[in-house]
Amino acid sequence: MSDMMKVSSNPHVRSGVTTSNIMMWVVIALLPAAGFGIYNFGIDALIILVLSVASTVLTEFIYEILMQKKVTIGDFSAVVTGLLLGMNLPCTAPWWLPIIGGVFAILVVKMLFGGLGQNFMNPALGARCFLLISFPALMTNFTTDTYTSPTPLAALKAGEEVSVINMIIGKIPGTIGETSMIAIVIGACILIMLGIIDLKIPGTYIASFVIFVVLFGGHGLNGTYISAQLAGGGLMLGAFFMATDYVTSPITTKGKYIYGVFLGVLTGIFRVFGSSAEGVSYAIIIGNLIVPLIEKYTIPRAFGIRPVEKKEEKKA
Amino acid sequence: MSEGKKGALGFTQDTPIERFLNGLVVENPTLVLMIGMCPTLAVTTSAINGVTMGLATTFVLALSNAVISLLRKVIPDTVRIPAFIVVIASFVTLVQLVMQAYVPVMYDALGVYIPLIVVNCIIFGRAEAYASKHNVVPSFFDGIGMGLGFTCAITVIGLFRELIGGGTMFDVQIFGEGSVVPGAVGYFFSQYQPIRIFIQQAGAFIVLAVLIAIMNQVKFNMEKKGKDTSKFGVGGCCNDIEIKDPKKVKEELLAKEKAAALETKAETIKPSDIKVPEKEPVLAEQASKAPIKEVIVPGEEDKK
Repeated sequence: MSDMMKVSSNPHVRSGVTTSNIMMWVVIALLPAAGFGIYNFGIDALIILVLSVASTVLTEFIYEILMQKKVTIGDFSAVVTGLLLGMNLPCTAPWWLPIIGGVFAILVVKMLFGGLGQNFMNPALGARCFLLISFPALMTNFTTDTYTSPTPLAALKAGEEVSVINMIIGKIPGTIGETSMIAIVIGACILIMLGIIDLKIPGTYIASFVIFVVLFGGHGLNGTYISAQLAGGGLMLGAFFMATDYVTSPITTKGKYIYGVFLGVLTGIFRVFGSSAEGVSYAIIIGNLIVPLIEKYTIPRAFGIRPVEKKEEKKA
Repeated sequence: MSEGKKGALGFTQDTPIERFLNGLVVENPTLVLMIGMCPTLAVTTSAINGVTMGLATTFVLALSNAVISLLRKVIPDTVRIPAFIVVIASFVTLVQLVMQAYVPVMYDALGVYIPLIVVNCIIFGRAEAYASKHNVVPSFFDGIGMGLGFTCAITVIGLFRELIGGGTMFDVQIFGEGSVVPGAVGYFFSQYQPIRIFIQQAGAFIVLAVLIAIMNQVKFNMEKKGKDTSKFGVGGCCNDIEIKDPKKVKEELLAKEKAAALETKAETIKPSDIKVPEKEPVLAEQASKAPIKEVIVPGEEDKK
């Protein structure tokens, strides 16, 4: 009876979905790709992943303790950031690289702008680009004991032959998490089935990228070239796990399509016309920056409200 | 300006020392007023660049302030900007030629940013806000203070960018390979990998942001201790600006709001006003057209 008499403000019906829930599923979905990276590159990859996750979580914890704020490491978003950052580093990276990256990602990109939900760009990608600009040689050193060849994209750019099967399985050099297309797609399927991400952004991203490459790549409808572009670099990881980041992608449906096309075209421009073989991370970061603009112009009209200004213009 | 009025840091206003400290600390052009950002971000890739740029600017600033102050009664108000430019540009040309002759290395390093001192907004700002209204001596010291404040700020920015981004300090290798520091510490330092982003443009923004944050924290701490910081960062030459009566400001705001409200009202009425005559017979429409048109016109003008 006393429960019935309780007066509270809405919402009265709540779903069990919470931030930490979603982030936990993202971590689980990332595990196949991360696991394959460890299998592919050995213990070095594991160390880098652990260091990077530890540094992001610790940075967030220490910052919030020092600033006397609520400790939010329980929402797992720092773990996701750390895991994504680690998966974006080559396994040859020295031990301090993931630590610097993790601190930068959380401290500068996320916490200084107000924490989760306020970050203006994807923290993991922000840190990756920071490291890429600061230590270009270390960040693109993919030569290990098993792999002495350049990455498929670099080989493609130099006009060499590449094996599509190896790329789809993931037996290729590259950053820790990006090599295996199968593992990434398995993770993405988990997220899509749970409804955590939808195909709007990744779908339009990949489709527009393929169209761009067919039109401007210089190889026309060459199957090997296109599949190598799709599976040989960070496109899959970027499209499914980083472009779909809730905070830094548009929330309107129309905006999502625009955002996806924008990313696809930018990635195409960077890969086809740019000097480096890879361009996904810069494309997504630039995309992140124009998200507020996209959202501003794609706000759906509220039900029952006429677009007053347009009618006036017609009358006049 | 009344005699004995307190200026920056408790010194009498418009005395040389007060002007000097005002420019150096209280109204530091880079960190408090945030003007002159172009050279601040562009040339601070090394500490020596900062020093040279700062001193060149100080020279131009002090002398142009003095000359503009001397000419302030001769220059007509309507053409003051061209007149200021002529004065400033002559000093910049002087600096440029001297640097080209005696420090060609720095001249090459700073490149186009030396002639661009002409349009540096610190110099213009001080000419407009201070020198054109005050005597020669305080104007001169205002220029020196502002110039040295600028020099200090960009030297510190350059120092940090050079140290983090290249491991050097005034071109002496401190961190990274080939460190001049001997012994075990030197070995430790030589392991440092320069973070190249700090030499690039993005690094300038990061270092500048950190310095401004520190400056604001200092100000905040002073406020906590109950010191008067109202003179900090008001912008321009704050002491000369008449402070408006709050009541008047409120009245003005209210009037503006009323006008805005009227406008929006007129806009919301429009569609219904237009619709009604459409359904009615032609005569009535013609009759009602004239007054409505007047309502519509201002809205249309706004759009165009």
